[in-house]
Amino acid sequence: MQAEEQLLTAESLQAPVCRDEEYDVVYHRPTTLVDTNMHYCPGCAHSLVHKLIMEVVEEMDIQDKTIGIAPVGCSVFAYDYMNIDMQEAAHGRAAAVATAVKRLMPDKYVFSYQGDGDLAAIGIAETLHAINRGENILIVFMNNAVYGMTSGQMAPTTLAGMKTTTSPYGRDISSYGAPIKVAELMANLPGAYYVTRQAVNSAHAVRRTKKALQNAFQYQQLHKGTCLVEIIGNCPSNWRMTPLEASKFIDEEMIKTFPLGDIKVPQAES
Amino acid sequence: MTAVKLMKGNDALAEAAIQAGCDAYFGYPITPQSEVLEYLSREMPKHNRIVLQAESEVASINMVYGAAGAGFRAMTSSSSPGFSLMQEGISYLAGAELPCLLVNVNRAGPGLGTIQPGQGDYFQATKGGGHGDYRLIVLAPDSVQEMADFVFLGFDLADKYRNPVLILSDGAIGQMMEKVEFKNYVNPKIDKSSWATTGKPKTRERNSISSLHIKPERMEQHNAKLEAKYKLIREQEVRLEEMNTSDAEYLLVAYGLSARICQKAMDIAREKGIKVGLLRPITLFPFPYKRLEMLASQLKGILTAELNSGQMVEDVMLAVKGKVPVEFYGRMGGMIFTPEEIVDQLEKLIATQHAS
Repeated sequence: MQAEEQLLTAESLQAPVCRDEEYDVVYHRPTTLVDTNMHYCPGCAHSLVHKLIMEVVEEMDIQDKTIGIAPVGCSVFAYDYMNIDMQEAAHGRAAAVATAVKRLMPDKYVFSYQGDGDLAAIGIAETLHAINRGENILIVFMNNAVYGMTSGQMAPTTLAGMKTTTSPYGRDISSYGAPIKVAELMANLPGAYYVTRQAVNSAHAVRRTKKALQNAFQYQQLHKGTCLVEIIGNCPSNWRMTPLEASKFIDEEMIKTFPLGDIKVPQAES
Repeated sequence: MTAVKLMKGNDALAEAAIQAGCDAYFGYPITPQSEVLEYLSREMPKHNRIVLQAESEVASINMVYGAAGAGFRAMTSSSSPGFSLMQEGISYLAGAELPCLLVNVNRAGPGLGTIQPGQGDYFQATKGGGHGDYRLIVLAPDSVQEMADFVFLGFDLADKYRNPVLILSDGAIGQMMEKVEFKNYVNPKIDKSSWATTGKPKTRERNSISSLHIKPERMEQHNAKLEAKYKLIREQEVRLEEMNTSDAEYLLVAYGLSARICQKAMDIAREKGIKVGLLRPITLFPFPYKRLEMLASQLKGILTAELNSGQMVEDVMLAVKGKVPVEFYGRMGGMIFTPEEIVDQLEKLIATQHAS
């Protein structure tokens, strides 16, 4: 038993090495992602989305031009994983922090990475005004319908009837209102340039999310306004589900309230 | 060649920000400091600097965080209710050790209070204000000239210690007009590349701006680092002004607007033959505890005068350690005492001592 444990720590945790030089490398971990274990739960969307963002940064070769803003919430430690310069903002204020960074360095790529409690509850004013000003930033909005880090309380995006630790009888619309559809709400603002809602609960969904993030980073060069990429995130721990059940829950329940797809796309120049 | 101008305190402060090389100003309108935002909205674009009217003081202080974290000279200003809204952000700025300049043009409170001048924010300014163990370097101007001077000093101190600096002014100093002289200032433009988030080149590790240290051992180390910095500031940055203290038997202690009134009161009392001096703390943090303690041995009594219910007087008492009686006189609610009121209080203090 002891020997097995030693084996686990010593060998299997090391990065796998391809010993056959005949193979072509078809995939590698982005160098822009710090090579470390993440604190996220099994089946959590954050680790996957961190990787997607860092893949885009690597592919566009903009590591030295990218500044990320981390929120308060599960992804508060994003700067431990993303190998770029980052600032950790106060709860909800990432869009204000990103505004200043981008205004002072307009040629850099600036994104905030925020959860639903951070963005849609305490930080909705900063988010709305940043988008209304058309700040040339990317807001990555992770919507998993609960407060993750504080262990599963009701969020502004919690589904109607959904049970959380603070809505133990299910979210009552008559007293808490309906879940806020952030992407649709923000798309109404003229400052919003590109608004889309995606998920990462299947290979197909991951590819679409990657494409959305690529678009959003590239649009920053145009200085045409804010890009908002909402991502429906799996949160099996707080949903009290297995990772597979969580992925299924997104397809069967979440997308009824939060339909996937582009909500606002850049209009062709006339 | 220096230019002498007649300016409002708030305008002088704003002009000094431009001359000090302030890269970015973020603000929100509130009386009696809106002139700062107005002045900079007009002038900053002419210098290709960033000026932004935020949606709230909460947003503006966090914009300062972003700008300072990216290594730029950043500033905000507000007045009491608005400054209260910034306290969370200020705690984060202090925790993340970001240099920046903050201005509170103090009005009387609590709550919405009144737009008239007050000094009720002394505790908030000097004892923390937001959550957690931290200190700001606090400068208290008593003239339009110092509204300008302390902007240059404030930015330099902020950079030197990687700490937010607060100019604690008040509605009278902010609104009144006086002559002001702008000296030739050279922005030292210190190198912040070792920590600022400007984009990670291949040649260095990534820079992170954060006040989070989740492991208590790490957090305590960080607290100790901050405390060591505050200790150094206490040792090196005490600033004060003294008048007529060499032969003084009595001492007036006051800062900002109150100190100007006390200066006149001192002149009147001196004409009456009362040997009274004035000590004006210029830095409220660090507070001139040592100098006050030294003076205490020669004094018969101290009168502390403030436009509040008695806040700085607690620091005066701490300084003199009971060696000399310390009395307090204050007006509140935006009301301002006259020099004669101060003289009356001083004479009462003297009479009480003779009676006992």
